Amino acid sequence: MRIVAEHLSYTYNAGSPFAVKALDDVSLTIEEGEFFGIIGHTGSGKSTFVQHLNGLIRVPSSLKRHRAKKPKKGEVLPPAPVLRVGDFDLTEKKTDFRALRRHVGMVFQYPEYQLFAETVAADVAFGLKNFAEKGQKPGKEALDAAVRDALEAVGLDYREYAEKSPFDLSGGQKRRVAIAGVIVTKPEVLVLDEPAAGLDPLGKREIMQLLHELHSTWCKTVVIVSHDMDEIAENCSRVAVFSGGHVRDYMPPKELFRNAEELVGLGLDIPLTAKLVLALKRRGIEIDCDYTTEDFIRKTLAFKGGNA
Amino acid sequence: MKEVAFGQYYPVDSFVHRLDPRFKLFFLVAFIAAIFVATNFYGLLVCAGVLVFVILFSRIPAGKVLRAVRGVLFLALFATLIHVFFYAGETVYWSYGIICISREGLISSAFLILRLALLVVCSSMLTYTTTPVALTDGIEAIFHVHVIARIMSIALRMIPSLMEETERVKNAQKARGADFESGNLFKRVKAFVPILIPLLLSAFRIAEDLGDAMESRCYVGGKKRTKYKKLCFSWRDLLGMVVACALVAGVVLLRIYVGATL
Repeated sequence: MRIVAEHLSYTYNAGSPFAVKALDDVSLTIEEGEFFGIIGHTGSGKSTFVQHLNGLIRVPSSLKRHRAKKPKKGEVLPPAPVLRVGDFDLTEKKTDFRALRRHVGMVFQYPEYQLFAETVAADVAFGLKNFAEKGQKPGKEALDAAVRDALEAVGLDYREYAEKSPFDLSGGQKRRVAIAGVIVTKPEVLVLDEPAAGLDPLGKREIMQLLHELHSTWCKTVVIVSHDMDEIAENCSRVAVFSGGHVRDYMPPKELFRNAEELVGLGLDIPLTAKLVLALKRRGIEIDCDYTTEDFIRKTLAFKGGNA
Repeated sequence: MKEVAFGQYYPVDSFVHRLDPRFKLFFLVAFIAAIFVATNFYGLLVCAGVLVFVILFSRIPAGKVLRAVRGVLFLALFATLIHVFFYAGETVYWSYGIICISREGLISSAFLILRLALLVVCSSMLTYTTTPVALTDGIEAIFHVHVIARIMSIALRMIPSLMEETERVKNAQKARGADFESGNLFKRVKAFVPILIPLLLSAFRIAEDLGDAMESRCYVGGKKRTKYKKLCFSWRDLLGMVVACALVAGVVLLRIYVGATL
């Protein structure tokens, strides 16, 4: 499913003293099959944007109404917002949001806090039951099989964990269960908001590893929101930089981190590899890598070899 | 981040916002007393008039004020129906069994609605125009009980946090296809279980974190402590005090000279 957003704006608590403009004329296209990264400061609008993708935040209909009116003389109307996910037009009021949400899985920040059921299996099956067609309840075998697949996909042994209470698990395991609860419906697009936040370095690496596996087997398109630049540099095919409700840039990480100084100017971190490239540059050593650790090491070693 | 909760502080600068919280509490008590002292419509109209002035001077949009009434709408309707149908009045318009609609019943239920609305609006005006911290300071200054004031301020402070948490969990479950808007009552109540359990757990977590944070900064309940903002009475409070006294006196006089409606 291709995701197309054009001229998207959103204001929280519009028309009150609490009004906060979260998105301001955002245009962005995410191709099918991408591992897409979204980076930006706290409050830059990235979470607001991703919540649009499965209709949790609706495109304000007032904008459409505004468009229907005839413009007064000399008045320039803002361009109409466009938001399409696959065949779903999210600016329409009548869009089938339930169907949309089945195709666009969303893993929120700290998803382990959404667990509620008595057993891991019941929690994972929650989405599956909800999305089942009315009157066609999935059979127990079908449910169990899907839950098993989802749990195994996130690296948890079905026999060991299915009947456990989700509240007895460790933080990392809870997060895996929560992710399993989202991917169990096999969404085509998987959106994750800070999937590795609050985990230790090993846990982070494992989650990213997991997302890669999911990307190649379960979900065609993966969109992650992250603060962690190393994560982005290692994994993403393209990155969008959000700042103050705008999309500043979107391009492959290789090109993005080439202008590392600019990112630092925006108050964003840069990956360790980019820092090293900068430090080496200051000493007169130019390394042209794509900012993944592997490539950086290879190019650096080759450079050393070439000079020795 | 979503809708602003009922009774939450509304940040604009106004005459009423600047009043001393102690005075505002006093005014609220005086106002409630006046509502109950009033036994005729004139008394309540005087109260309503004063309240309208308070609202005008607080620069809070009328829609916000009315929203506060919406919260007790169900209760008000229920009480009104009981009153209309079961009040044993003299001038009966219609009756069936024990149910009867009388002139007195209608008047008394109108009275009840007015009283209830005034009560709700005036108390929400207090929370609209006073920050939780100022409110706590005011309560503490009047009653000299620190712990209770602190508990109150924490409870007030938790409301927006819990609202935010609810929104988060609700969105997460919605993303997993949960449906809170359709089905019969039983189904809808059941649909809230996936929200309530994570919410309850989060509430405990937040409370524990807050407790730890307070203790690690050496908080001990009941100790005498200094204030960042000292409360002080100003000319505004004096003016308000005069209005409050005039209101109570006026309502009492109306009660004595005009007499009860019923």
